[in-house]
Amino acid sequence: MQFYASPEQMMRDRSEYARKNIARGRNTIVLTYSGGVLFVAENLSKSLHKIGEIYDRIGFAAVGRYNEFENLRRAGVRMADMNGYSYDRRDVTALLLAQAYAQVVGAIFTEQTKPFEVEICVAQVNQRPEQDELYRITYDGSVTDEPGVLAMGGQSDSISGGLRERHRPDLPLEGALRLAVDALQSIGGEGGQPRTLSADQLEVAVLDRARTGRTFRRIVGAALTSLLAARPAAEAAAADQAAGEAPAETPGATPPSPPTAS
Amino acid sequence: MAAPELLPGRRPLPPGVAAGELAPHGTTIVAIVSAEGVVMAGDRRATMGNLIANRDVEKVYRADEYSLVGMAGTAGVGLELVKLFQVELEHYEKIEGTMLSLDGKANRLATMTRNNLGAALQGLAAIPLFAGFDLAAPSPDKAGRIFSFDVAGGIYEEDGYHALGSGSLFAKSALKKRYRPGMSTDEVIRLAVEALYDAADEDTATGGPDVTRKIYPVVMTATAEGARRLTDEESAQVAEAVVAGRMENPGG
Repeated sequence: MQFYASPEQMMRDRSEYARKNIARGRNTIVLTYSGGVLFVAENLSKSLHKIGEIYDRIGFAAVGRYNEFENLRRAGVRMADMNGYSYDRRDVTALLLAQAYAQVVGAIFTEQTKPFEVEICVAQVNQRPEQDELYRITYDGSVTDEPGVLAMGGQSDSISGGLRERHRPDLPLEGALRLAVDALQSIGGEGGQPRTLSADQLEVAVLDRARTGRTFRRIVGAALTSLLAARPAAEAAAADQAAGEAPAETPGATPPSPPTAS
Repeated sequence: MAAPELLPGRRPLPPGVAAGELAPHGTTIVAIVSAEGVVMAGDRRATMGNLIANRDVEKVYRADEYSLVGMAGTAGVGLELVKLFQVELEHYEKIEGTMLSLDGKANRLATMTRNNLGAALQGLAAIPLFAGFDLAAPSPDKAGRIFSFDVAGGIYEEDGYHALGSGSLFAKSALKKRYRPGMSTDEVIRLAVEALYDAADEDTATGGPDVTRKIYPVVMTATAEGARRLTDEESAQVAEAVVAGRMENPGG
């Protein structure tokens, strides 16, 4: 143990430690689509989840060390249920939770011997896709508001650019799922080659905009395999739309709705 | 100087108004098993002494996706217990990622009732009636289960049907004659409303169907499709049919 380390050095070491360990993990993508908010995580386990329900219209997704983000998830559910019971269900918001997470994770980063090696996302589905909220909380307690699409994990930087370019807030579910899965498949393959991910390597859930009350639902089993198999039509539609619209799009213009995949 | 009347256990409560007169209560709630699950129905009246405190109280609630809870006793206390129970069930489901077993839910409700014993002994009692569709049952006709409780948190599983509240004795007498195992959910709904009518006929603290204001018993079902409250139109249809039947034959 050294006698003295400058604060900069200590923080830099901690950041390095957390970043390195998060970078080793698999990726998770959260994005808005016409019917709500979609969460897609590469997860080989059927029972140890990276994606969870927090409250009526709020969901949680994480990458990193399981026991650490599990603790955060449980604390978030507890806080949401307590607030919803003490006040009203409508008083529980993703912003409230994101700020609480930022506070907790930031304190752990500064005060504890070791930071949490996690990156988490809190998302809220609202009435329209443009209103959906996605918050990213990093290992040092920074919180950012990233509407539209958010990627976390090892190679999130390399997939973010492509995701953001191809993302449209009014994609149908199959299109949104295909976008996320393609991004996940483009990394982590042998020798940089793309790979194929099957339904049992994915954990998928949505916050369903149209539902009242609790909107979170997981997509598993046959429902997931059939959605993944709906690929060709949806992919073609998304590709046509991206090719057709990219040159003509001006900032602030709302894109016309894409052809619906059957 | 001896004063045995001051020993603990021999002193009466100080004079004053019993809390029960201050807060609204009085009720009948019935729960009946059907071939597809279970039905629970409750009347709409709250009384304070001889006065009607409220005409459209909801006493039957959806506890979670597959279970129902009804409350009798002091309205405020009962409502608080129901809300807390709903939050607890939801909380467990989200934290653990899986729903509690039906027995687990009943046990939890029993513990909550037990924790209210202090207030209950001072007149602010609230007793639940719990029923649900047991996902672990071998077949749908065995999935509907009913649990009753006592003020000390004792838990009793009931067979076929049960009733709770000041009108429960009259409702149970009616059900004793009409209930048969294996009735369809629609038949059981009719039966429940008939039993509530009979209870209201004999107990002032239980409200019968109010055809002038169209306030009818709350009827909820728990089946494989989940817990559902009959819409106002559906309840009205059943209640109006019951009333029409009684026009011909007042005893039902």
